[in-house]
Amino acid sequence: MNPPDLIAPGYAVPPHHGHAARTGGARLLIGLAVGLTLLFVVAPLLYIFVRAFSQGWQVYADNILNPATLHAIWLTSLVAVIVVPLNVAFGIAAAWAVAKHRFPGRGILVTMIEIPFSISPIIAGICYLLLYGRQGLLGPWLQAADLQVMFALPGIVLVTMFVTAPFVAREVLPLMQAQGTDQEQAAVTLGASGWQVFRRVTLPNIRWALLYGAVLCTARAVGEFGGVSVVSGNIRGQTNTLPLHVELLFNDLNAVGAFAAASTLTVIALVALVIKTALEARR
Amino acid sequence: MIAAAAPVRAKRVLPGFTLSLGTTLLYLVLIVLIPIAALILKGAEIGPERFWQIVSSDRAVAAFRITITAAAIATAVNAAYGLLMAWVLVRYDFPGKRLLDALMDVPFALPTAVAGLSLTALFSANGWFGSALEAAGLQVVYTIWGIALAMAFTSVPFVVRTVQPVLEDLDVSLEQAAETLGARPWQIFSRVVFPAILPAWLAGCTTAFARSLGEFGAIVFIAGNLPFQTEIAALLAFIRLEEYDYNGAAAIALVLLGFALVLLVASNLLQNWAARHREAAR
Repeated sequence: MNPPDLIAPGYAVPPHHGHAARTGGARLLIGLAVGLTLLFVVAPLLYIFVRAFSQGWQVYADNILNPATLHAIWLTSLVAVIVVPLNVAFGIAAAWAVAKHRFPGRGILVTMIEIPFSISPIIAGICYLLLYGRQGLLGPWLQAADLQVMFALPGIVLVTMFVTAPFVAREVLPLMQAQGTDQEQAAVTLGASGWQVFRRVTLPNIRWALLYGAVLCTARAVGEFGGVSVVSGNIRGQTNTLPLHVELLFNDLNAVGAFAAASTLTVIALVALVIKTALEARR
Repeated sequence: MIAAAAPVRAKRVLPGFTLSLGTTLLYLVLIVLIPIAALILKGAEIGPERFWQIVSSDRAVAAFRITITAAAIATAVNAAYGLLMAWVLVRYDFPGKRLLDALMDVPFALPTAVAGLSLTALFSANGWFGSALEAAGLQVVYTIWGIALAMAFTSVPFVVRTVQPVLEDLDVSLEQAAETLGARPWQIFSRVVFPAILPAWLAGCTTAFARSLGEFGAIVFIAGNLPFQTEIAALLAFIRLEEYDYNGAAAIALVLLGFALVLLVASNLLQNWAARHREAAR
């Protein structure tokens, strides 16, 4: 991401940039950018850990090892473990269909994959409640079959699937499109089966984008709040995911406990960011 | 034998089309489309008269007004901050630049509830910023400023990440020409650079605004959630659900969905304009 890479060969660095890096104007802008980011982005990040550890390591450990917090961590991990592989499978399927084949309606399909990005998670939650809730469209049928979707794990998983739907597809699709189909066609010509083509030719080509999408999807799945808060019912020790648990502790006026729970989510977010940055450097 | 038969097939289509398209459609229909259809059906069931009654009630109108005002403030902040960040990250070289660039993704990676919790504590009377602002007579937490702050934080990356690639692609010879002709740095920016990045900048602002309208997690912590004062539309829909008033919730959710779709179309048009702009500039 260094400027020399960005400037196409044949262009000299514009003189005023060379000057600018040493002039007051540039220093002012860089200082302003760094200062504002420290206040606006870094301070909230730092403050989570400052508050989480404000009463020492012992209190922090007690807060994390509290059974309700441990259960929330377990539930959130479970949701991610179910959702991320499904999302990876969906992302690969969507990318394979759209990038490697031509058929009418491809554009519409891509738009449909992107829809969950522009819909507020809370609206997604309401949609699910209107479908699977007791008064929902499928409510009577679900009750007759004695299936509990809302205020239980299936509801949380479904809403998280909705919210994260585009994550892997969005990373893998453009890459597959750019790579074209020549290598795959060559493999087919040489007699490879569909599965062999995918595993030996396509997968090695897209593995970093796939990993990148999966990391972003995990971060999003773990942190989902609005949609899950509609469908979970916030039953303590049962359907309380980690972000919901943070809110619950906050409402209980247990700020240090809330920050301790939040710090685990922050660590996950930071790990995801580090992996993302490393993968971007690799591409 | 296989080699003789395969090329004919391979020229047409790679294997796995039915399987992959089938999986994609099944997932989309079950996870995305049917639930959205349930919301739209509910809206149809309510009927136009009752629908209008719900969304034009005083409390709903106040909630929409608060949401839109706060989102506008947040977008204005990010329009300036995002442009500054994109410019500094593309045009200057300085130690810590890559870290600064990575930090721009923090608001996307950080769960919104965590952001809300931290901002609330930071800006409340005993927090780092709140204590200073309180002394200056400025209250952020439990006011519309708090809502705007939460919205601004959660939508930081939109403007930066839309403007950045366009700025990177910009043909610097135009700026060199302007400088040769005696233009001042500010003139070069406003006359040469800014018109070129305008479509992308507007597209970024539109997505930031759309995201702010739908934000929930970060806001419930900081807003205080007082009806007519600091209650956003998404929260009002949530409250209606908790009161088992599904019609009320569905009507408000449909209005928000309508906003989101209009803004999605607007942002797509702007992005297409931006893409054409970039092609033309090359």
